[in-house]
Amino acid sequence: MKAKDIAELLDEPACEHNKKEKSGCAKPKPGSTAGGCAFDGAQIALLPIADVAHIVHGPIACAGSSWDNRGTRSSGPDLYRIGMTTDLTEQDVVMGRAEKRLFHSIKQAIEDHQPPAVFVYNTCVPALIGDDIDAVCKAAQEKWNVPVVPIDAAGFYGTKNLGNRIAGDAMVRYVIGTRDKDPLPEGTERPGITVHDINLIGEYNIAGEFWHVLPLFDELGIRVLCTLSGDARFREVQTMHQAEVNMMVCSKAMLNVARKMEERYRIPWFEGSFYGITDTSHALREVARLIGDADLTRRTEVLIEREEKRVRAALEPWRERLNGKRVLLYTGGVKSWSVISALQDLGMKVVATGTKKSTEEDKARIRELMGDDVKMLDEGNPKVLLDTVAEYKADILIAGGRNMYTALKAKIPFLDINQEREFGYAGYQGMLELVRQLTLTLESPVWAAVRRPAPWATTAGELLTVNG
Amino acid sequence: MPEIIKRKKPLSVSPLKTSQTVGGALAFLGIARSMPLMHGSQGCTAFAKVFFVRHFREPVPLQTTAMDQVSSVMGADGNVTEALKTICEKSNPSIIGLVTTGLAETQGADIKRGVWDFRQKYPQYEKTAVVAVNTPDFSGSFESGFALAVKGIIETLVPDDKSRKGLRQRQVNVLCGANLTPGDLEFVAESIESFGLRPLLIPDLSGSLDGHLDDSPHNPLTTGGVSVADIATACESIATLAVGESLFSSAELLRKKCDIPAFRFGHLMGLDEVDDWFATLANLSNNPVPERWQRQRKQLQDAMLDTHFMLGHSRVAIAADPDMLAGYHRLLKGMGAETVAAVVPAKGVAISDLDIEQIHIGDLEDLEQVAAEKQAQLLLGNSHAVASARRLGIPMLRVGFPQYDLVGGFQRCWFGYRGTAQALFDLANLVMAHHQETAPYYSVYAQKQDSPQYIENRQQQWSH
Repeated sequence: MKAKDIAELLDEPACEHNKKEKSGCAKPKPGSTAGGCAFDGAQIALLPIADVAHIVHGPIACAGSSWDNRGTRSSGPDLYRIGMTTDLTEQDVVMGRAEKRLFHSIKQAIEDHQPPAVFVYNTCVPALIGDDIDAVCKAAQEKWNVPVVPIDAAGFYGTKNLGNRIAGDAMVRYVIGTRDKDPLPEGTERPGITVHDINLIGEYNIAGEFWHVLPLFDELGIRVLCTLSGDARFREVQTMHQAEVNMMVCSKAMLNVARKMEERYRIPWFEGSFYGITDTSHALREVARLIGDADLTRRTEVLIEREEKRVRAALEPWRERLNGKRVLLYTGGVKSWSVISALQDLGMKVVATGTKKSTEEDKARIRELMGDDVKMLDEGNPKVLLDTVAEYKADILIAGGRNMYTALKAKIPFLDINQEREFGYAGYQGMLELVRQLTLTLESPVWAAVRRPAPWATTAGELLTVNG
Repeated sequence: MPEIIKRKKPLSVSPLKTSQTVGGALAFLGIARSMPLMHGSQGCTAFAKVFFVRHFREPVPLQTTAMDQVSSVMGADGNVTEALKTICEKSNPSIIGLVTTGLAETQGADIKRGVWDFRQKYPQYEKTAVVAVNTPDFSGSFESGFALAVKGIIETLVPDDKSRKGLRQRQVNVLCGANLTPGDLEFVAESIESFGLRPLLIPDLSGSLDGHLDDSPHNPLTTGGVSVADIATACESIATLAVGESLFSSAELLRKKCDIPAFRFGHLMGLDEVDDWFATLANLSNNPVPERWQRQRKQLQDAMLDTHFMLGHSRVAIAADPDMLAGYHRLLKGMGAETVAAVVPAKGVAISDLDIEQIHIGDLEDLEQVAAEKQAQLLLGNSHAVASARRLGIPMLRVGFPQYDLVGGFQRCWFGYRGTAQALFDLANLVMAHHQETAPYYSVYAQKQDSPQYIENRQQQWSH
């Protein structure tokens, strides 16, 4: 990828960071950087497309350390779970055989798995030696008549966030708009109900959590043409241009997709989240509002009222146990406010939150939700997190899996909120899972057990003996 | 205090209980050069032998008084003397453990007198100790039979002498329950030795049934275990440690006979129980807790944190003898799990003040019913419970006797910090492997072309 292209991707007019000097897409600082690279970001963004053969072009480290990182779920094919890489050797690199190996790799993937498409992810080594993966993909596509999409996301291009955008850009450039949407399936029409089409961008169906939400859309007569990319199929991505509304789910990652689709296809978009009762209702209302169907709006309100009532009743016995518990929330970006709303729905108090990846708008939103006394953490190294837990007397740390062992080693209850988790928290129904997991760790007897000193350790560190 | 629900139905289905007689015989297998002798018909012994052989995967010495039709009716005291004589003649054991069956007890056999007769008639075999225990299978269970045998061993082989207490300044008596594996017993012995103390295990299955390969190809008697002479020195120890509630009364007996203080423990699983164990050893020995145990303690704490996510709120069904039920219940409760179904084959002191709502005295069918009703997610039981777990559709961990479909299960160490940590890992893995995924939802509008409904429709179209 040329420097010009990267600069163009970094310049995202729809992102508030653009206006700031110190943006989320700022250069990484040597010796003090955490988080993934562009390849990581691209792979995370697209891997959930379940029926595609995802080939990582590079030596083993890129795919080897990251494949089968199960979080996202598919309702059908599981080709995405099979790791594929060209696993380049020294000979390939020195003798310039990498392109050839890639070409044959694509052939093998197509012959063995008959995927509807192949995605090829570029990585640092082939990018550096100058492999022309665009040309290889093009040649392969012509030869085998299967779409082969190059995702040029070598790690050194930039951060994970940039990788997300590269992935989104590849979808806009090569996939979206290549097929007309299917007619509505027979037998799905209901009298008086007009079915509307939407897309969800940045929803990854972690632990199958989107399946808590999808039935609500079905009920309202809203067809989800595609979720980019949780439980998606290639043929769904192809039709995204024919939606009436795009919802950016809880993430800035693929903002460029929404913006470009607005430019090209005049599809309006909004940012929302399915975490928490308040936000789920808000998201449903926004969808209805942007579609602008009065009947849909009315039915949406009825559904929201029914669901809120149901879930609040189901949450009642748990609320008492969680009420007043103090939380340190450390997540990236939008999730910082979307999860806050879910926790407040439970009567919990968020005493501090991570804002490293949040925009000014996100921060304003956090203040709006929590008042001014909330501590915002721009830096989230383990020491800062633990100090904050102690200072603000937090009962639990809610963060990504990476911080889990920081919390456990410090003997602090922990809830995993990021993509490796095994439990789905989205939608009204997801709240019930969230409270179960929160109480499970908060009320666990192990905390007292591990904090208790050994019986033979006296305060002076001396031994208790029979003789005193 | 749990509500103890007694057996209400006439039929026992998928029995959980193993007989007292078998438990009694097992205790004698932990003494060196020993031969357990069952006073009953030959079938009683044959079944017990197969039971042990399948569990331990070892040849197991076991004999019978072979009561037949005539002796069952007319009196079988003669069978006892003859059996004792024959065993002495053939194998010259150090000890014969005479345990009774339901048949002998129903007949009204007086085994104590049988032994007296034997002594009168064959004084040349006076060097072979004989311990006679009443262990009819119509009462109690495996665990109580074992405990009765241990009590019998102490009564018979340890002198009534309060003057010699503490003569062996580093020796501690250890009484261990029926469901401790040879691996558990090794932990018990090793941990005691690590404080510079000498453990006297009564009995010691870790020496005989640990599955070791001996030099001599055939042994008619047990090839290891505590010696009869050593047992007699129990009155010279500084303390008695009882592991398992069923042995508490035997520890009390030693205190009465020899004035030796008793320390009581449940199964040594879980942080608290093992802490208690090491603290006691440190006190008794006046030595600090060795570094390796402290290290393992920290490892266990870490394992507890790692596994609490899976084990917290998990609903467990346990079928086991009382001591073992108590042990696993305490371990799991400490992890935030809930024992929703608990079945024991017979009463025991261990369950009397356990904090479980209901404990059933019953069989595996009872366990299955309660587990289904209370939606248990995990089952702990012996190999017979595998079928129950399958019918319930939940994973299980094999614990206790018998484990005939698992190689090495007989010797696994569950005790100590390390054994506990491994048990937690295994339990957590079982829960994780059976994690209930969110069920896929197939939208009626989906363009996916791979939902079960879509595939079915297409197949129908093709067939037309």
